Amino acid sequence: MHEMTIVAGVLEIAHRQAAGAGATRINRVVLEVGRLAGVEADALRFCFDVARSGLSAIAELEIRDVPGRGLCPACGASRDVDELAALCEACGNVLDISGGRELRVLSLNVD
Amino acid sequence: MCDTCGCSQPADDVTIRRPGEDHDHDHGHGDHHHHHHDHPHHDHPHGHHHHHHHDVPGAAGPREIAVAEAVLAGNDRQALLNRGWFAGRGVLALNLVSSPGAGKTTLLERTIADLKGELPLAVIEGDQRTMRDAERIEAAGAPAVQVNTGKGCHLDADMVWRACGKLQPATGSVLMIENVGNLVCPALFDLGEAAKVVIISVTEGDDKPLKYPHMFAAAQLCLVNKLDLLPHVRFDVEACEAAARSVNPRLEILRVSATTGEGLERWYDWVRARRAAAAGA
Repeated sequence: MHEMTIVAGVLEIAHRQAAGAGATRINRVVLEVGRLAGVEADALRFCFDVARSGLSAIAELEIRDVPGRGLCPACGASRDVDELAALCEACGNVLDISGGRELRVLSLNVD
Repeated sequence: MCDTCGCSQPADDVTIRRPGEDHDHDHGHGDHHHHHHDHPHHDHPHGHHHHHHHDVPGAAGPREIAVAEAVLAGNDRQALLNRGWFAGRGVLALNLVSSPGAGKTTLLERTIADLKGELPLAVIEGDQRTMRDAERIEAAGAPAVQVNTGKGCHLDADMVWRACGKLQPATGSVLMIENVGNLVCPALFDLGEAAKVVIISVTEGDDKPLKYPHMFAAAQLCLVNKLDLLPHVRFDVEACEAAARSVNPRLEILRVSATTGEGLERWYDWVRARRAAAAGA
């Protein structure tokens, strides 16, 4: 279950950034998760609930969904995609994935 | 606490050792490497949690801090260091991934037997538990380090770094990293390898590349293994290869049997070509 590793990474980033900013409390972590990142948002929320009860006083995890995006290497057309395997609707080529693999801590809300 | 040397590593945490070795964890690369500062993969995030809960009277209200930091940046940084370490020694590192039971260890045993007179090989074995695979590899004739991940479902770059400290692969060697049998999590963790090699066996479903697309998308080479069993199972090799190419058009695919040796010469040629490129880099 790699989501637990991801959550540990999120907490590490959040605590380090909050400490660096002189914050005394983290209210919310905003996480960007691409649909093609190979990470399940529900599993992340579950792991976050488990992890914060022991290690963290962070109240809220906000997950921002980023749609998958495919770019045709042949004709340059691009569109939203739900899977890694997607074809260009214009010319039939296999699309390169140009978005949706994001897995980033975007911001924190702190006191 | 570790009861061997008294460090703070829990006894059930990751262990890295050579076959026959008692002491459970490493002191690799010439230093005691237990306190990795900013690796996000530990179960215990290093006590950064001392700071909050102190409500400061009169402090300003809630505020936003922009972060924009990739969650796997710690792993990716270590992977970059590994990649540089390999490049500096002309070591070709390959990350072998598959479901459990696809034949990774048998493939390595056969590869070692066939190539050990020609080129130096070393192996990092990843499993949740037991030294069995490292023992099999050493019996086949190559030095091996076993990483037991405990509850972990994948190897990460830090484990590989520590294992290399113990293994010290020779200059110009081929380092085979046999990942934990799992087609999901290892796709996300760069180990610093030159390429991921995904192995699928004909006893699995031929639609697996569609079910686990991330791994097939991340791999450079796919070995379709256990070809000798093809007459006995319902597995459409062409359909499997088409499925794999649909998620990764650049994927190279070779059909092999690690048991009979069928097709292995082309796998060896692939390794030789990659090794020559790594040594010349």
